[in-house]
Amino acid sequence: MDGTGIVIAFWVFAAMTVGAALLVVALRNLFHAALALIVAFAGMAGLFVTLSADFLAVGQVLIYVGAISILVIFALMLTPLAGRHNGESRYALPAGGAAAGLAAVVIYAVLNVDWPLRGGEGFDETAALLGEALLDTWVLPFEVVSVLLLAAMIGAIVLVRGDGE
Amino acid sequence: MPFPFLKGAWYNISDLSNLSRALLGWVDGWGNDTVAYIAAGLIGVLATMAFLVPSQLGVVWIERRVIGRFQIRRGPNRVGPYGLLQPIADALKVMLKEALTPPAGDKWVFWAAPILMFIPAIGVYAVIPWGKNMAMADLNIGLLYFVALSSLTTIFVFMAGWSSNNKYSLFGAMRVVAMMISYEVPVVVTLLGVSLFTGSLSLSGIVQWQADYHVWLVLLQPMAFIVYYIASTAELNRTPADIAEAESEIVAGYHTEYSGMKFSLFYAAEYTNALAISALVAAVYFGGWYMWGLEQWVPGWLIFIGKLYFFFLVLIWLRGTLPRLRVDQLMAFAWKFLLPLSLVNVFVVGLEVLLWHENGWSAGVTLPAFAVVNLALTVALVYTYARAFGYDRPRAGDIVLRSEIGFVPGPATEGLPGGT
Repeated sequence: MDGTGIVIAFWVFAAMTVGAALLVVALRNLFHAALALIVAFAGMAGLFVTLSADFLAVGQVLIYVGAISILVIFALMLTPLAGRHNGESRYALPAGGAAAGLAAVVIYAVLNVDWPLRGGEGFDETAALLGEALLDTWVLPFEVVSVLLLAAMIGAIVLVRGDGE
Repeated sequence: MPFPFLKGAWYNISDLSNLSRALLGWVDGWGNDTVAYIAAGLIGVLATMAFLVPSQLGVVWIERRVIGRFQIRRGPNRVGPYGLLQPIADALKVMLKEALTPPAGDKWVFWAAPILMFIPAIGVYAVIPWGKNMAMADLNIGLLYFVALSSLTTIFVFMAGWSSNNKYSLFGAMRVVAMMISYEVPVVVTLLGVSLFTGSLSLSGIVQWQADYHVWLVLLQPMAFIVYYIASTAELNRTPADIAEAESEIVAGYHTEYSGMKFSLFYAAEYTNALAISALVAAVYFGGWYMWGLEQWVPGWLIFIGKLYFFFLVLIWLRGTLPRLRVDQLMAFAWKFLLPLSLVNVFVVGLEVLLWHENGWSAGVTLPAFAVVNLALTVALVYTYARAFGYDRPRAGDIVLRSEIGFVPGPATEGLPGGT
């Protein structure tokens, strides 16, 4: 698995993800920022492929690139001045500070935790294993999440329903 | 042997993968892995193109001729015999046209949208099983890959509509986004039923399952096929559901501002998607290359392409027959008809799989029984829905156009109410 191709692919996808993520913050045009976010999601999917987590990669494309980004775009359409220059933000400094603090914590944690490494080949087929894990070992959290999503959906419908209906 | 460097039965046209394997083995013999990688990619792309490019041209001609017959005219008949060269003339014309960019638009996004639009359109062909062993990339999650890639189209359509800086483009794009979100749900839920039944997410695996049990999945899950075909047809933006480019309402929708080759990229991507959907329907519900023994006499890929073209013809038929739906009708159809049906389908299929595998019943008895039960259920549900919510029965206060079209639905009323 450690061929030249996989290393090149990793660096290309990593650069794509990080670069696009930076653009999301840096771009003034909100629509362009949303597009950069989609590119970052797609780069993550590519990284999953290099880890031979094919199901996760396709899930990333289906959920994040295909669905969440559409949600973001919908939200953008309801934002005034979305296509023009993003207004000045008074929160630039505090937000930057918070982001830097979070990044410091994450980097510290990544460098200092003794990560358990799993040797050997990757799984051939992850879909079946994931399905079994979700519906067998982790069935309770899985069901809790479904109920939560259902409640959120019903809540959204109740919120936007008019009085006359 | 005219090509001594090719090994194996590469001349056997019943399985073209022999040829690609022989070519790849030849390149592999050079001892350079990078070249072999590139060659493998090139063979796949060229094989897909060898199908797509002639199909694009042919399909445009077929569609225009068939639609012409539907509308009692001849269709293209001036350029070449039977107008066969018309697509080539069109392609030349489109390439020579000026490609305009709206000055107030978003230049880069406007430029990128039609190009990006082609990535999912071509990418989905990687997992199509043309014949036994003949899928370019036999992913074990092929079905999900297909759905995930085709859902990307939405973003590119929206990019096109937004960057045009034209209200009709934006309307068209918003309609596409709303429609795609609605129709994505039944598509995914019905395909879930398929993978539940066959226990596989790989398209080759699904076709192989149908060949092993000597049955097409459409016989076992007719409801899923109906729901999937309608929902995926809607995602193609073709006439029964072409609200995104409805020319009588919003000029040309999201590609109003596009001209020349950029416009024709959208046009071509639409046909590519239509062919891909036909291919998926042929593979998942109609057995792919499997045809009850015929595949031993006729190459499997020819059978598959035949089925593919048949479903494309059905798409043309639908386009020639049905009027365009309104936006709200389309949405209501997805949420109130397709989604409940697909949920019922998943429930029934899950129950059947459970019964079948837990009790260890033999497939010879179980599958026909399931087929009968599911067909009865489908007819009953669709009929009930049409009776309860259908539009064909006038209710009190409906206008009855008897004098215009000679059609008297329900209790007759005299002429047009409030009429002059």
